[in-house]
Amino acid sequence: MAGNTLRSKQRRSALRTLAFLSPWLIGFTVFFAYPLVSTVYFSFMKYDGFNSPVWNGLGNWSYVFSDYPLFWPSLGNTLWLVVVMVSCRVLFGLGVGMLITKIKTGTGVFRTLFYLPYLAPPVAATLAFVFLLNPGTGPVNTILGDLGLPTPGWFNDGSWSKPALTMLAVWGIGDLMVIFMAALLDVPKEQYEAAELDGTSAWQRFRFVTLPNISPIVLFAVVTGVIQAMQYYTQPLVAGKVASGIIGGSGQAFEPGYPDKSTLTLPQLVYNLGFQRFDYGAACVVALVLFALAMVFTAFLMRRRGGLIGTGD
Amino acid sequence: MSQQLLDAPGRPSKLPDATTPAARTARRKAVLHWIAVHALGVAAALFFVLPFVFLFLTSVMSDQQALTRDLTPNSWEWGNYTKVFDTPGFLTWWKNTLLYAGLGTLLSVLSSIPVAYALAKFRFRGRQLSLMLVISMMMLPPQVIIIPMYLFWAKQLDLSGTLWPLIIPMAFGDAFSIFLLRQFLLTIPNEYLDAARVDGCGEFRTLLRVVLPMAKPGIAAVALFQFFYAWNDYFGPQIYASENPAAWTLSYGLESFKGAHHTDWNLTMAATVLVMAPVILVFFFAQKAFVEGVTLTGVKG
Repeated sequence: MAGNTLRSKQRRSALRTLAFLSPWLIGFTVFFAYPLVSTVYFSFMKYDGFNSPVWNGLGNWSYVFSDYPLFWPSLGNTLWLVVVMVSCRVLFGLGVGMLITKIKTGTGVFRTLFYLPYLAPPVAATLAFVFLLNPGTGPVNTILGDLGLPTPGWFNDGSWSKPALTMLAVWGIGDLMVIFMAALLDVPKEQYEAAELDGTSAWQRFRFVTLPNISPIVLFAVVTGVIQAMQYYTQPLVAGKVASGIIGGSGQAFEPGYPDKSTLTLPQLVYNLGFQRFDYGAACVVALVLFALAMVFTAFLMRRRGGLIGTGD
Repeated sequence: MSQQLLDAPGRPSKLPDATTPAARTARRKAVLHWIAVHALGVAAALFFVLPFVFLFLTSVMSDQQALTRDLTPNSWEWGNYTKVFDTPGFLTWWKNTLLYAGLGTLLSVLSSIPVAYALAKFRFRGRQLSLMLVISMMMLPPQVIIIPMYLFWAKQLDLSGTLWPLIIPMAFGDAFSIFLLRQFLLTIPNEYLDAARVDGCGEFRTLLRVVLPMAKPGIAAVALFQFFYAWNDYFGPQIYASENPAAWTLSYGLESFKGAHHTDWNLTMAATVLVMAPVILVFFFAQKAFVEGVTLTGVKG
């Protein structure tokens, strides 16, 4: 009898949990699990959306890796972005975070000004930067020219387009600034006081007090930065389109990754293959490469930061 | 930091005997440090603010002047902003963006709250697994599943050319909102929930009467993030709405605005200002909730 009530109590609590989770269980099945399985299926099929899918074996895979001319350049670009853009963002974010903790007058105003660019909608911010960095008449090159400095081609020069995108990314550093600021304020003051009494230099205090205390946050910033860099889509696409001057129904085809494929990233290939070439099979192959990369770093993030998940007990 | 060090024991910050050489040196060092830090602050502020300034100055230039190297307008052409609003479609983009951002935010908050509550406060088998799946969904680039999703919405439900493929999924829990809300709910002590349960509240009433009022800051942060996400989304409208200009959003339409006004940088910049302005206004009204949300994503656990 007592066992029976216990069991019915357990069943009720299981039903209750299911009820609370139900929106997400449906969402997970319909908008995550099903399409993911379907992506794997289509990666082995020849499919253009009009004729029925036909088994293609590893054909799509070998096409993407050996014959599709845009795959390796965009993987190279992603690697560049992971190394240079992520490092720049973390270093500047840490620098600005440290600066804001040391500013004693007008802190609120400075913090708001530093944070604002992060809020600029990506398309709007990219359009603004393409204008600012316009090689001929943009304000940046105007000022550089007046100072007698070199005036690069920025978004119109294959070797300067990624540095220009990096500047855009560093401009929107507000998220990292806030995270680093919170971490820096959490470092115990006594440790600085002890270090000061030991007669250490400012660099030594940074190296042996600040850095060990905030290193989990630095790691978090690096890993999430890498994941973001692999998903980098809107800014490079819009920059390439706007700088090339070919948008909308002008009849000309946009050359993906303008200039010289330098702004191509993996997510853009999914669009190019799927929605411009109607090769859904090959698009799914690139999608799976993207998935594998994203999950490797997500797994790393979850393992290294148990604190991120917490148990709540 | 220097202030804290100056306040440290053995080094009084108020210097009654400021006449001694050592104290004078310390004070001079502190002043120099203040100047250096704030000079650096001003330089950084210029880097962050000048793009907005040039953007705005160009938006009020005449057509011809916007194509020159001039940095400041000769005559202030406020009419540029009316011209942007008169552009066919611009008001429709506003309406669509508000629908996507407003309805999408409402649906995702409503559907994510119970899920986040269960993940934060219920003990059940598979909880840790569910949480890991939520994080995986959150980290999933949207392009990974776009081919089957597009086929689903376009071929099976015939909804391409509308924003519904972007809004409807919000009714089934958004991974980022679930994760963020769960992180927030973890900070609410279990004693409050136990007290409500002892008083005879069921889980649903506990959530409604006890948890939700305490979770307002977390809900506000999630709503803001969701609103900004929809406002900024470019990929979603590009996939589902591009074929039908009547369904375009501001972020998607802005690019084509540039295409249609090929050489009119002044009008393009005015439109850009108009797309940025609401987001920045919302931020000023909800700064605290927003910054708290950013911190919550990374630091607390």
